[in-house]
Amino acid sequence: MQRAPAFVLSAIALSGALACGMAQAAEPVIGLITKTETNPFFVKMKEGATAEAKKLGAKVVSAAGKTDGDNAGQVTAMENLMAAGAKTILITPSDAKAIVPAIKKAQAKGVMVIALDSPTDPADATDALFATDNYKAGELIGQYAKAALAGKKPVIAMLDLHPGHPVGAQRHNGFLKGFGLQANDAKSNELSRPAEVACMADSFGDRAKGQTAMENCLQKNPDINLVYTINEPAAAGAYNALKAAGKDKNAIIVSVDGGCAGIADVGKGVIAATSQQYPLRMAALGVAAGVEHAKTGKKVSGYTDTGVTLISAKPMPGVDSKDVKTGTDLCWGAK
Amino acid sequence: MNTTASKLPPLATLGPFIALLLACGFFALQSDRFLSAQNFALILQQVMVVGVIAIGQTLVILTAGIDLSCGMVMALGGIVMTKVASDYGLSAPVAIACGMAVTTLFGMVNGLLVTKVKLPPFIVTLGTLNIAFAATQLYSGAQTITDIPAGMTFLGNTFQLGGTAVVWGAVLMLALYLSMWFFLRETAPGRHIYAVGNNPEATRLTGIATDKVLLGVYMLAGVFYGIAALLSVARTGAGDPNAGQTENLDAISAVVLGGTSLFGGRGVILGTLVGALIVGVFRNGLTLMGVSSVYQILVTGILVILAVATDQISRKGVR
Repeated sequence: MQRAPAFVLSAIALSGALACGMAQAAEPVIGLITKTETNPFFVKMKEGATAEAKKLGAKVVSAAGKTDGDNAGQVTAMENLMAAGAKTILITPSDAKAIVPAIKKAQAKGVMVIALDSPTDPADATDALFATDNYKAGELIGQYAKAALAGKKPVIAMLDLHPGHPVGAQRHNGFLKGFGLQANDAKSNELSRPAEVACMADSFGDRAKGQTAMENCLQKNPDINLVYTINEPAAAGAYNALKAAGKDKNAIIVSVDGGCAGIADVGKGVIAATSQQYPLRMAALGVAAGVEHAKTGKKVSGYTDTGVTLISAKPMPGVDSKDVKTGTDLCWGAK
Repeated sequence: MNTTASKLPPLATLGPFIALLLACGFFALQSDRFLSAQNFALILQQVMVVGVIAIGQTLVILTAGIDLSCGMVMALGGIVMTKVASDYGLSAPVAIACGMAVTTLFGMVNGLLVTKVKLPPFIVTLGTLNIAFAATQLYSGAQTITDIPAGMTFLGNTFQLGGTAVVWGAVLMLALYLSMWFFLRETAPGRHIYAVGNNPEATRLTGIATDKVLLGVYMLAGVFYGIAALLSVARTGAGDPNAGQTENLDAISAVVLGGTSLFGGRGVILGTLVGALIVGVFRNGLTLMGVSSVYQILVTGILVILAVATDQISRKGVR
């Protein structure tokens, strides 16, 4: 394997510096690798990890890819964190398959690797997975939407993530299942498309692109009365498009994420309901497992569901949901 | 001075229009919802941000330069104007002026590094791209800003034109294109931009201050990125720290698709508008057809190569 000499030198320098640091503190080092440094979801995750580490007397060293999907950046981050002395690495894989060889290499050196938020492919490539059950998150908003439409014939627009992403497929299919429509199971990466779905478009989880996608969907079918969105930025974009077309009262929007800004949008009536997930909890559990591993050598395994809660300003009979205040208190696991 | 455009073989100038018409014809056959005034108004509003960035980019490319920082500078301008308004409670015009001052400043830095330090535009703007991105993230704390005054989003409002809802920002974009078309074609500074792109040394020897022209072009490009930032804020109703990431290359694609030569000195600004519309038409049309967005990216890639190939072949023909 070829590496740039500069990288080797810097890795040696880094490990040297950290070895000195550790000689004084002897705190276990836990590596955290997120998809990007800038997405608020990952910013929150880093905060959660750092806070938990402080409590338990450990040290979190974090790194990230440059953009979502930057696998090479995550591999580099892994090498650097191992050089920094991390015996546990928490990673949110940008590319579920491509990261696996790097994980195997780390594990061969005795490092425990835990996936946060999204699984690797195959899922057992990491020691454990702490994540939201995305299929269930989809099902919850599907059930809510069914109750909220109150027997009206659904004309659905689905603003997805981008092609081939497992999280996108699980939420999409879970939503259809929850609504009671034909849907693939949680293991499938294929997006189901029953006749009730009038329009499907990729939003890339982005506000502006979500808006463009919704505008085009309304052009395709002006009677859309239910909008599924992959996350809350896409939902905010979709609402802009509906409002501009004067159809914001005719259609309800459901989403997944539960970020603080998204919950505020639920309070304002922009989003009818959202499935809230807990990145802070994922990170805290990961750090605790890392500290335990450093002390006793015990490894965690399997999948831990970090929970999902339906948040809505307007509860529907027969659908269990929490109110906006609860959602705000918990947004992304703040407490 | 003889216009450069008139020397071009018809294909280089007509090509983009033909491609746009073919794409429209194809989608009209595929979806009965495609051919309507409302749908065209929609496509205009969807391309207005990239369209205005691409005006600045066209100016830079006409001087045989390139501006990789365009999308990120736009994003920074949007964050500055929204954050200034939401944090300090300043009125919309003042906040907008702050944002545009920042984008113009970035244009000035680009221009000074190109003209005074003689660095290649590709490298200069690669640097400022990263600086603008980092500044955007640091200043916003990676948070979207939604608490903004209504005065900042009026360009996102619509008016009725014969039963069609048209957004004000799209009208502004068209007006900007027409005025820049006039500027480049009919005024001395406009012709100087072409001259600098064609042959900077010869232009300098005729007594034109090429450095001033270049600096002016980069600053003017910065002004257009500021206007694009305002359009982006108006369109989405938010200051978005993740804006500009695809607009960066989309704007360059629009310029190239519109037939402006990457070698400088040749091109018609209205072609850039057509280039931006081609991308918008494909995104809209493929969604109406229910086809994955990946095909839009595929088609854009093929068209960009075709456009550059046409330019290269026609250039050889001239020699």
